[in-house]
Amino acid sequence: MHHEEPFTNRNVSESSAYYYVDIETYPTEGWDKFKQVVKRTFNGELFVGLWVVLREMIKFDIHTLQYPLEKLPIGPRYRAVHKLLRLWESGYERCIGCGLCEKICISDCIRMDTRIDENSRKEVTEYSINLGRCIFCGYCAEVCPELAIVHGGRYENASEQRAHFVIKDDMLTPLDLLKAGEQAEYPGFGAIIPGSDASVKKTPLAY
Amino acid sequence: MNEITITIDGRSVQTQEGEYILNAARANGIFIPAICYLTRCSPTLACRICLVEADGKQVYACNAKAKEGMDITTTTPNILAERRAIMEVYDVNHPLECGVCDQSGECELQNYTLEVGVDSQTYSIKDTHKPAQDWGLIHYDPALCIMCERCITVCKDMIGDAALSTVARGSEAIEAEFKESMPKDAYAMWNKLNKSLIAPNGGDRLDCTNCGECTSVCPVGALVSSDYQYTSNAWEHTQIPATCAHCSAGCQLSYDIKHTSITDPEKKIYRVKNEWNYVSLCGAGRYGYDFENRDVVKNAAAFDAAIAAFKKADTIAFTSTITNEEALILQRLSDKYGYRLVNNEALALKKFLSSYSTISGKSLYGGDLKQVHESDFVVSIGSALKTDNPNARFAMNNALSMNKGAGLYFHPINDPVIADMSKNVTQFNHAPMMEEAALYLMLDLFGDKAAMPSSITEYLATFHSMKTVTVEETVDEKVTETVVKKVLNEESGIEEEVSEEVTKTIKKKISKEVEVDENSLFDLVSAPSGFADTLTKYLAKKEMFSLMVGPDLYTHPHSENCARLVALIEKYTPFSVTMIPNLSNTLGVAMICDLENTRGSYTIGYNTAGDFTLSAMGGGDLDMPSLNQQEGTLLSIDKRVNPTNAALGYGGYVLNDLANALGVNSKFTVDYTAQLPENRGFKAMAFDTLPNHFTNTGEEIRGYLLENIAVHVSGDESVTPFNADSAITDKVVYLANPVLQFSPFTAMSHQLKGSGGLYVSASAMESNGWNEGDMVRVKTARGELSVSVITDGKIEGDISYLPTFDTAINSEALFDGYRFTCVSIQKV
Repeated sequence: MHHEEPFTNRNVSESSAYYYVDIETYPTEGWDKFKQVVKRTFNGELFVGLWVVLREMIKFDIHTLQYPLEKLPIGPRYRAVHKLLRLWESGYERCIGCGLCEKICISDCIRMDTRIDENSRKEVTEYSINLGRCIFCGYCAEVCPELAIVHGGRYENASEQRAHFVIKDDMLTPLDLLKAGEQAEYPGFGAIIPGSDASVKKTPLAY
Repeated sequence: MNEITITIDGRSVQTQEGEYILNAARANGIFIPAICYLTRCSPTLACRICLVEADGKQVYACNAKAKEGMDITTTTPNILAERRAIMEVYDVNHPLECGVCDQSGECELQNYTLEVGVDSQTYSIKDTHKPAQDWGLIHYDPALCIMCERCITVCKDMIGDAALSTVARGSEAIEAEFKESMPKDAYAMWNKLNKSLIAPNGGDRLDCTNCGECTSVCPVGALVSSDYQYTSNAWEHTQIPATCAHCSAGCQLSYDIKHTSITDPEKKIYRVKNEWNYVSLCGAGRYGYDFENRDVVKNAAAFDAAIAAFKKADTIAFTSTITNEEALILQRLSDKYGYRLVNNEALALKKFLSSYSTISGKSLYGGDLKQVHESDFVVSIGSALKTDNPNARFAMNNALSMNKGAGLYFHPINDPVIADMSKNVTQFNHAPMMEEAALYLMLDLFGDKAAMPSSITEYLATFHSMKTVTVEETVDEKVTETVVKKVLNEESGIEEEVSEEVTKTIKKKISKEVEVDENSLFDLVSAPSGFADTLTKYLAKKEMFSLMVGPDLYTHPHSENCARLVALIEKYTPFSVTMIPNLSNTLGVAMICDLENTRGSYTIGYNTAGDFTLSAMGGGDLDMPSLNQQEGTLLSIDKRVNPTNAALGYGGYVLNDLANALGVNSKFTVDYTAQLPENRGFKAMAFDTLPNHFTNTGEEIRGYLLENIAVHVSGDESVTPFNADSAITDKVVYLANPVLQFSPFTAMSHQLKGSGGLYVSASAMESNGWNEGDMVRVKTARGELSVSVITDGKIEGDISYLPTFDTAINSEALFDGYRFTCVSIQKV
């Protein structure tokens, strides 16, 4: 049987700060209506409003955010445009090219090209996310075994061409920013849960 | 073999007596884990995970044979403990690089680790440094290797190269405490694993025919294709079931396709896979996959020119690398416009088959490669087996190694690959033209003389003579001796001398004069000395005989007589006969088209030069799709009509478009599948209804088998005697391809690209004083060529060969049909 949580009206109660506005009854007779029009026309209510605007204008205490010069901080777990991170010490790319993000992506918008490099390691030569199709579900960041693909903080993805690819160079942390310590870890989906070391059972080693 | 009933996990199961328990279980859909066992090969007993309990006793399912009434339990607490310990051992020090490993989830180590539920590790050992090795087309990473030895097994029992073996691992000993604490079989398996690694027999270099079957059977990512390494994940591929387009074996394979790159959505073939339990591929099939005709668009002007050319032409010349459907379209066009259809190699087989039919009474030979696999005495005549049809070679090797078989190989060129198959194989490097002698020898040795026409029996008798020879024989002789022994007297404690009489058996050699039968046919086919005795040894306990005959006979100047001899062999000896068609669909073309041998005044060439050329190789007047770009059927050596599918897109015109424009109408090319001629044995089955798979028992459910139609027999079984003087003793050159090449199509693929030359054995290279790459002038009665010399390590002797795969070398022009021709070779 279908079950629904009973609705409780939390906002209006006798003890709350809310109160009923005293609304005059709307005139029904023609004469009464005429009187109301004359009263509203000559009351000067228009100037009340104009005064508020003028007063706030000359106070210079404006709360409007000067977007795009200013941006609101967003929650750390917000899933904005993807980033590819580097290893802190060596600066190597974290991505090993396992292809799990490509596989798990439910809108099938991730693709990668890989090859064997000179050191016989798997190298990701190109990586792309079709943002026109991405639904920002965060599965790619969650499945990534290397914490390589994460969601960053850039939430603007308006452009003339919505299906613009996000390519590897756009996403990868530039080396100068890495050196400046400006690469941010992502605490959302896929990040290491604090204290997870305790739940690891160690493999015996003969060393 | 008898049908028996056994019980597995309470289920009653029918199987053959002597069948391995594992195979019986698999055939009936009962799961028993097994890593090292390969169907069609001998059990290795490396992994020990197939442990089961049979009648209360633990046995290995892969090598324990089923007996009537056997009661088998696949899991007991002890077996489960063993399996868990075995999988834990396999996981010890296994690199955690599953994320980048090329096996990408198709990993048996992963699967069984999860299957038996390994969630923690008990064992440990110090790891050794095992650097990865590059073996050319194959890459080996010993760190990933779990030593199941499947690569070694398949290379020896199936392929016949025996190019791999185990070497010492150089590891420390397993800690003594594990011997006590571990389950018994797991410890034994670990002990074996810990001692060995895989290595090529020739040291660092892999010396083999590069079939790559070892990479196919590898359960982990230890052996992979060097080219495929790290290019893609297996799960990204779409598998297109197809039939290999390169030779007449018609192996089932799948083309693994995926987009080329992020920027190029066009599909590309990344690799070829095969059902390695039931099909073994050669290197051409595995590595020669990208032979498609690329970037073709519909060129209306070229199409119109083609139509005009067809209107003008009186001949269509073509090669046999086309589907049955295309062959039928050509035949329909010929019916309508009277074109001569010219295809010399298919015509040679067609004529051979029709000569054969006049005695055998059947349109087709009776054998197939499956029978060769099952036989224990295999003979090959008139074929450079390993390059004409690698699968026929695998079948022969498999029969020799699995059925304790023996084999005879008749060919002028000595082939070390054949020699390495088994101790019980004899090569006859007879002179060219002596193929008939080999066929007569077969009749002489194995023919039912009582049933054979008397003229043949009498003719064969002329080769026999009685001769007195002195033989040395070893005889056992009993000798009684008196020996003096020192014996300790237990009472006194003093040594005493006692004499004793001892009877000994001594082997003694005696010379004897014996009358023996001398068979002069042996000399004519250059039999090794003492072959008569060898043959007697070979023939002990042999039950199934098969003969493979090859293209040397179809192109032989006396091919008609050869064909009749082959038919007589099939009729009067216990041998089943299989004929090896030259190219992918030679048999199909021979069955479908009415062929002629001379061109008219204006020729349309299809994949061959003509006045107007249709080409799937590019560069022709009108492009055609190649065999990996079209669907259709191919007729294999096993007389099976195998379906193949288009792996890659093709944007141009196809033969059917031309046929439609010329008034032979059909919407799709595959509409012709159901119209293939039923009077030649084809069935009216639509393309989309053709199955293409193997069952768990290994039964091949692919397409359908061509019906072997009965034909009228003349009753004349006479054959002409051969002329021993016709043997070519001068220097000759052969027409054949090197390993990994079959046609210009294999040479188009990026991994097998290369130019041909004159292929010479290492010894001939030395005796002629040639160096690799030297230019030589090859001159025959029909013309001459300048080519470079290339060493072929897989032939021996003085006969060199010219290839057909390189379009830059017009080798065929030097030959007059027969694959051998007299030659003079001069260094320039």
